[in-house]
Amino acid sequence: MVKPSRSYRVFQGVNGVVLTFVVLVTLYPFANIVARSFSGERQIRAGEVTLWPKGFNLTTYRIVFQDSMFWRNYGNTVFYTVVSTAVAMVLTTCYAYVLSKKNLKGRGVLVGIAVFTMFFTGGLIPNYILVTELGLKNSVWAIALPNAISVFNLLVMKAFFESLPTELEEAAQIDGLSTYGILFRVVLPLSKAVVATMVLFYTVSFWNSWFSAFLYMDHSDLMPVTVYLRNLIAGATGGGNAGAGTAELSQVGASIQAVTIVLTALPIICVYPFVQRFFVSGVMLGAVKG
Amino acid sequence: MSTSVKSASPPPSLENLPGAVTRPVPRGGWRRALRRDWQLYSLAVLPLLFFLVFRYLPMIGNVIAFRRFEPGGSMFGEDWVGLRYVRMFLSDPTFWQVFRNTLWLGGLTLVFCFPIPIVLALLLNEVRRRSLKRFVQSVSYLPHFLSIVIVAGLTMQMLATDGPVNHALGWFGHDEIRFIQEPDWFRTIYVGSEIWQTAGWGTILYLAALTTIDEDLYEAARIDGANRWRQIWHVTLPGIRPTMVTLLILNVGTFMAVGFEKVLLLYNPLTYPSADVISTYVYRAGVESNSFSYAAAIGLFEAVIGLVLITTANTLSRRTVGTSLW
Repeated sequence: MVKPSRSYRVFQGVNGVVLTFVVLVTLYPFANIVARSFSGERQIRAGEVTLWPKGFNLTTYRIVFQDSMFWRNYGNTVFYTVVSTAVAMVLTTCYAYVLSKKNLKGRGVLVGIAVFTMFFTGGLIPNYILVTELGLKNSVWAIALPNAISVFNLLVMKAFFESLPTELEEAAQIDGLSTYGILFRVVLPLSKAVVATMVLFYTVSFWNSWFSAFLYMDHSDLMPVTVYLRNLIAGATGGGNAGAGTAELSQVGASIQAVTIVLTALPIICVYPFVQRFFVSGVMLGAVKG
Repeated sequence: MSTSVKSASPPPSLENLPGAVTRPVPRGGWRRALRRDWQLYSLAVLPLLFFLVFRYLPMIGNVIAFRRFEPGGSMFGEDWVGLRYVRMFLSDPTFWQVFRNTLWLGGLTLVFCFPIPIVLALLLNEVRRRSLKRFVQSVSYLPHFLSIVIVAGLTMQMLATDGPVNHALGWFGHDEIRFIQEPDWFRTIYVGSEIWQTAGWGTILYLAALTTIDEDLYEAARIDGANRWRQIWHVTLPGIRPTMVTLLILNVGTFMAVGFEKVLLLYNPLTYPSADVISTYVYRAGVESNSFSYAAAIGLFEAVIGLVLITTANTLSRRTVGTSLW
């Protein structure tokens, strides 16, 4: 190895500073929002809260914890995410398995049908009319069905199935297993990693989604928690109106958005360190093919 | 189409092995393919139904751009009105305003959000300590996993009149700025929050491409007397060029569709002059004002431009650098 030149050592120093800056800029908004959520109204309004809570105060947390709408919306998020992910996994797995069969007649057409939708979509208005006319509004199906297959996820899964050795499936076929049997008893047990990754991909995207619900749900008690937060930051609702006095109300007004952001982001941030590597490997797998 | 091939049946042993690699893809013979692989085809039925109903039916539904639509009536409209709605939006000053705003936001996103991940990936690639590199990566990926509502909420809290940005401005004796209400600030805020959210995650594909570059190429460059900068220029950048081109094509393809949800969350009537884009105008005209045909006409216009853009970018790149999506 050649001894690094002086200018390269200078570069390494600058690089370290730049990357530290990236880390700080990424993390600072979280630190600020957490500090704000625990701070007193007067300190927040005076713009004094930057990194640490000032005038420590838990009133807003207490009020939000008592707000039944917040918890109902949180429950909706869980329910919509579970149902939508289940539907998406069934459809995506089936189609990806079919597409992975290189000798299947008509495979090119089947791939084309999926890939074309990556580049051209019907658009908001026809989709809205369709979902309305199918009578899906105000039900979980308005969220689950129109988003049931992500073509990117489909291609990742297809690439994985294609990479499995064909000998196993041939042996299973000679043993008399049907196609369904091969899929469920041979292929899927070998694909636990990619199935877990896909479940995570779908779970996170449904958990985070808000617009479908915002568009297709008419009542606030059907909304997921993302729309609860959206209505707060858009000023459409005051939030946390569970019997608060005047002093409490102004405290709530100052930190309700921060508290709600913290409570909504918390689950994702808690699981993030454990699931991050699955996402990275999943994207890599997709990049090889896509 | 199956009749000609039916008589010339191959030996039955091959017939039973659909996975056999040696056999060429059979031509014709749909009936035989169906009889042999009907279980596979049956697995494709529900997904195909999904694509037809929720992807292709809405595409056909765009005919209401040329037909009068009655809410509660047929989703394909009542009767033909020709280009009436197209003429209508072409003479609508608001349309031209949102069109300009779309080009601005799309252009700024392309100029900033496309190159920054490349730079960040190159910087990360120079980090020698693995643990440090992994830590920076983990932190910078985090915003990608948050709901866009949370990102919008964080952005608005940071920029609030009592938020930390205005607090910092106060140190320099600057008056507070009402960022969220100022049309002049919208583009900066939008692009800034977009960079914050996407730059880290955007490095993944480049970092993957960087690991595939042959170490011997660097060795050869060193023997030829190339310093670090020339190595980056002559070895590293050519090594990740296919990834760059692919992502550039995709970015150009989504140019017109600029972050609809983010704009919808960040804008308000005060910032419409710079923030309102085609997709948000379509949303308001269609869903909020019930002018479905008018909104569909504008939406179709946007989608067609998007398709033309990605096709052009793809063809250009295939002819010039030999990388393409299809």
